[in-house]
Amino acid sequence: MEWFPLLLSVQVAAAATALAGVLGIAVATLLAVRRFPGRDLLDVVITAPMVLPPTVLGYYVLVAIGRRSAIGMAYESLTGSSIVFTRTGAVVAAAIGALPLVVKSARAALEGVDPTLVRAARTLGAGPTRAFFTVHLPLAAGGIVAGLMLALARSLGDFGVTLMIAGDIPGETQTASLAIYDAIQSNRDADAAGMIAVLTAFAIATLYLVNKLTGDKSEG
Amino acid sequence: MKAERSLEVRARLRRAGQQASSIDVDFVAPPGITILFGASGSGKSTTLAAVAGLLRPDEGRIALGLDVWFDGATGVWCPVHHRGVAFVFQSLALFPHMTALRNVEYGIDRAIPREDRARRARTMLERMKVGHLEDRRPRTFSGGEAQRVALARALARSPALVLLDEPFSALDRELRRELCADLRDAVDELGIPAILVTHHRNEVRALGDRIVVLAGGRVQIAGAVNEVLAGLEPPSDATPSVRRFGEFDETPMGGVEE
Repeated sequence: MEWFPLLLSVQVAAAATALAGVLGIAVATLLAVRRFPGRDLLDVVITAPMVLPPTVLGYYVLVAIGRRSAIGMAYESLTGSSIVFTRTGAVVAAAIGALPLVVKSARAALEGVDPTLVRAARTLGAGPTRAFFTVHLPLAAGGIVAGLMLALARSLGDFGVTLMIAGDIPGETQTASLAIYDAIQSNRDADAAGMIAVLTAFAIATLYLVNKLTGDKSEG
Repeated sequence: MKAERSLEVRARLRRAGQQASSIDVDFVAPPGITILFGASGSGKSTTLAAVAGLLRPDEGRIALGLDVWFDGATGVWCPVHHRGVAFVFQSLALFPHMTALRNVEYGIDRAIPREDRARRARTMLERMKVGHLEDRRPRTFSGGEAQRVALARALARSPALVLLDEPFSALDRELRRELCADLRDAVDELGIPAILVTHHRNEVRALGDRIVVLAGGRVQIAGAVNEVLAGLEPPSDATPSVRRFGEFDETPMGGVEE
């Protein structure tokens, strides 16, 4: 069994979850707390990765962060390497798939907090920021953690977008799901089996934990 | 002894979302307890939210003594967390993820060192007779205990003004009477204005120094509780509201009183 693709997957997934987590919680907060023009549009754009074909999504991402795009050129001039066809690209690809999961869960959790509690914090002298971090966010923590775990599980298995923007470079961007595809294609079923078992076990364990986390609503 | 300051409220607000009613109120609340009375939809809670700074009126002026919190004419607006109010919500709104002690500490000025804040919170919990709950979370409190912790949390921050939105409505008569007395003592000691929204005549009699009767978002009558209750020459247009006063009372006339 090949360990490298699995380890790379774990690294990529961890980084992607961190990226999607920070961005996703910020967007979820914006959607849950603020009314602003374009709110529905933002919601749709963030959710789109759940329903778009990976190739279509990958194409858009390539256009947005490819070597000839503004973002791609800026990144390359700063770091000396491109985003696409590198591990950074794999992280971005995985994060894009994970983002809607974080946003959906975090938004639902934030909207589920009794607004009177946040108002109570304000009347007790807390500014908006303190009220958010000490009352609103902690009370939504269960749902947010569940969303992050789903994001991690999702990032670990991304295939289509990763292939489009990071490629399938063994030892560089070949994550476990890509390695499984390669192994099956070249009749190395035994190589694939180990990785398949690990990814399956991880997915099941994650879903089990998420259900436990979101099912326990004892504090409303 | 600090200088006694009155709350002056002149506020007009139209259609402030699904929950709020339109109001056009004008009254003064001197130190002591002022009862805000009226049917549901009469604008009591909206008025309270405007005074607290949770809602911004369209026009008017809200000031406590020389501190102007809102002035529609000059655009002055003091945000809710700088007003130094204590607000006791109908649902109490105790933070479920914090112990009683943390709940009470939350509202105490953070410029005060941590140990002093904890000491003050503990003292207030004891004063409200719930010192034994300090390490427990709200989920485990009885109705009366939760009520007491909420009052402790409100009063521990040495507020300049106390606002109470039907805080005792879920309690039985005995407990309500006991808490009324404790609240009365605390407000008298602080020498500040308090506004209490209630439907209960018992609370009006036990607590109120003054009463403001609202109907349709406007002040129908305002004055000393005993005068208004006795119907001492109320303005003729106020008579229906004064009569309506009895309809919200669930105890018969001559029922239990303080």
